[in-house]
Amino acid sequence: MKLTLKIWRQKNASDKGGFVTYPIDGISSDMSFLEMMDVLNEELTIKGEDPVHFDHDCREGICGSCSLYINGHPHGPKQTTTCQLHMRSFSDGDTITIEPWRAKAFPVVKDLVVNRSAFDRIIQAGGYVSVNTGGVPDANEIPIPKRVADEAFDSATCIGCGACVAACKNASAMLFTSAKISQLAMLPQGQVERMSRAEKMVAQMDEEGFGACTNTGACEAECPKGISLTNIARMNREYYSASLKSENV
Amino acid sequence: MILDSKSPIGPLAEKWTKHKFNSKLVNPANKRKYEVIVVGTGLAGASAAASLAELGYKVKAFCFQDSPRRAHSIAAQGGINAAKNYQNDGDSVYRLFYDTIKGGDYRSRESNVYRLAEVSVNIIDQCVAQGVPFAREYGGLLANRSFGGAQVSRTFYARGQTGQQLLLGAYSALSRQVANGKVKLYPRTEMMDVVTIDGHARGIVTRNLITGAIETHAAHAVLLCSGGYGNVFFLSTNAMGSNVTAAWRAHKKGAYFANPCFTQIHPTCIPVSGDHQSKLTLMSESLRNDGRVWVPGTKEMAEKLRKGEIKAKDIKEGERDYFLERKYPSFGNLVPRDVASRNAKEVCDEGRGVNETGEAVFLDFRDAINRDSEDAIRARYGNLFDMYQQITGENPYQTPMMIYPAVHYTMGGLWVDYNLSTTVPGLYSLGEANFSDHGANRLGASALMQGLADGYFVAPYTIGDYLAQIGPSPIDANHPEFAKAEKGVKDGIQKLLSINGTKTVDHFHKALGHIMWNYCGMARDAEGLTKAKGMIQELRKEFWRDVKVLGANEELNQTLEKASRVADFLELGELMVDDALDRTESCGGHFRLESQTPEGEALRDDENFAYVAAWKFMAENSPEELHKEPLVFENVKLTQRSYK
Repeated sequence: MKLTLKIWRQKNASDKGGFVTYPIDGISSDMSFLEMMDVLNEELTIKGEDPVHFDHDCREGICGSCSLYINGHPHGPKQTTTCQLHMRSFSDGDTITIEPWRAKAFPVVKDLVVNRSAFDRIIQAGGYVSVNTGGVPDANEIPIPKRVADEAFDSATCIGCGACVAACKNASAMLFTSAKISQLAMLPQGQVERMSRAEKMVAQMDEEGFGACTNTGACEAECPKGISLTNIARMNREYYSASLKSENV
Repeated sequence: MILDSKSPIGPLAEKWTKHKFNSKLVNPANKRKYEVIVVGTGLAGASAAASLAELGYKVKAFCFQDSPRRAHSIAAQGGINAAKNYQNDGDSVYRLFYDTIKGGDYRSRESNVYRLAEVSVNIIDQCVAQGVPFAREYGGLLANRSFGGAQVSRTFYARGQTGQQLLLGAYSALSRQVANGKVKLYPRTEMMDVVTIDGHARGIVTRNLITGAIETHAAHAVLLCSGGYGNVFFLSTNAMGSNVTAAWRAHKKGAYFANPCFTQIHPTCIPVSGDHQSKLTLMSESLRNDGRVWVPGTKEMAEKLRKGEIKAKDIKEGERDYFLERKYPSFGNLVPRDVASRNAKEVCDEGRGVNETGEAVFLDFRDAINRDSEDAIRARYGNLFDMYQQITGENPYQTPMMIYPAVHYTMGGLWVDYNLSTTVPGLYSLGEANFSDHGANRLGASALMQGLADGYFVAPYTIGDYLAQIGPSPIDANHPEFAKAEKGVKDGIQKLLSINGTKTVDHFHKALGHIMWNYCGMARDAEGLTKAKGMIQELRKEFWRDVKVLGANEELNQTLEKASRVADFLELGELMVDDALDRTESCGGHFRLESQTPEGEALRDDENFAYVAAWKFMAENSPEELHKEPLVFENVKLTQRSYK
């Protein structure tokens, strides 16, 4: 395959940045998108040009590192991570536009690499059950209905890639935040801190500069792990009920 | 140096309890005066950092990823073993211990392995309390499955994403301590060296991957939880960033490296499709519970298949060779990983491989689908089938999957004693980065168990004992050793940047990978290994003469990061070859062609090789010195593995 790549290049956080066009040839349809980027970078390096920087690690769709905005979609045309996108999804002669995630709360570090530490801070605000190592009850002392465990798992499967934020016109992080709030709100282990968790995590999300949710649903449509919009509805319920009942208010 | 394992004396089942009692305790009011560095935030690192912070120590946690949640533990699929015996099927701590020792082909330390089995039950309790959504039965209790040929169901799982869920559990515990101000997090920061003062580890040198700043950090103890070194093979199931640098630099500062040649090759991976391939994808070996492994009976037929003249379904039942079922009637497709991998290689070497490259065998679900229905198979393996289809573009419900072995895990690693201390006092190693528990071969679903056992339940006790002995007086961060180590790191980086040769870092990494895979892979012999040693030495020279690393240190420079890691792999590769040469027996994942039974199975030599090979770094480009820790078996009787 022969392709034209329009890639966002930006030297560092303070650089203005802009698109640079690279022709590329000899791409096999079996390659993953990131392997195509590897080929480009090998060529650039040989020519003495700075290779394109992008985040990637496991390359099997679970670590959540990869974060390319391809032809107007986070992770490209399929509902998957960038590393699990293959070149067979494109045609010979295509022009492909590649950008970093765009959000105020995810500043660009270099080229296609952004800083997603805001997500870590949202989890630090309350995305846990406060138990220390040791001194916990036997695992089978807490029976959990299979349906509840399965639903909690569906929320827990979020990989923290940030595609939801990149897809959202408001750069809202509600899908990410609500997935963790939902997982722990559904499980018996999460009940004790249920209200304060919702309050603290939402507050942190706002503080990081993420936008509000206007129920467009782009996040759900683009999420590589199929995290459902229901989580946001549940988070809103948790948040409102906390604001009525919580002792913190 | 005599390697002292510090295994407590006394009955096996009482060793750990006694040892904990005999360990010194740190006064609670003094704990905050101790600083501990944790390198790596996977299962071992995150659980250790969180647990130590909960105890009151001041912890700094480092990872090269942009978030601690992305460490490669996240990719483990299958499950985690624990001797809970919830299924009432005869499991016990002793049985898990025995299976692990036997599975490791009697090349691990009894005391460590027993402790691992003992604390395995606490891990499950801990994870459930954190809110890890394990699979459950309709009655609400935890579900288990049998895994990797185990005769009992002791594996806990969270669909095919057990590693992810366990890591997110440990990450949440870590995040809580970050919020509490007990852990300071350093993401996108790579450890470049260990600082030793008077023979004790007293800190590390790091590089900030965004700014390139080289910094030093002082501490009372340093924990290396930096994972395995499978990427020495270039292609492996490890993440692209997984590397040996932290462990290797520690090795060069005095930590012995144990059993480097013990690597595990996983049988059920998606085959290589071309030269562009950057990594290999593993599919859980639970697939072997229902899939049947086969190749055509003849070379001629395999050739037609490779040329596309015929399809798998055109090959009649009598013309198929279900080679694992044929050779191992009692275990069949569920033989251990090393046996399954070696046999796949063997039939492909005979010219009976089934894909274009000739390096693949079929894993066929036709019979299982006919027996249990397509829906039943979908319920069990749906996500794996989807993943396969996404990568290969083929539908495994209709055509058999193709699989081939790939490097997956490294049992070797930094030598540690019973306290998980390396040969450098104050320097500890946890999880896959150490060598301790899996001998020559790791059982399925035991990596997650070991990482969390080390981090949650072992290190917090053993490190306290060390800290209590050295006392809480602050470490002098202005000691000249810090400046010296920092300068060494800066010089190394400048050297890489100044070569400006003609070949890329990946070129060298791929070349090294080929050498390792061909000569130090699934089957090894003296001739090949000797050849490989020379080739690696040549390649290393060429690297330092002709590698091209663009850009500067003072910026995000992914090529520089990679170059520095590959430089270490080029040294480690040679040590792996030396270790494989020394061990002329076959055991576990290490198969020496010279040491086989008449039926072609691995032949162990307990008389001469019942030892841990621990290598001491001497000087750059000089042979390392071999030290042996004899393995003493007081509780199990050594038997030859048989899966016939």
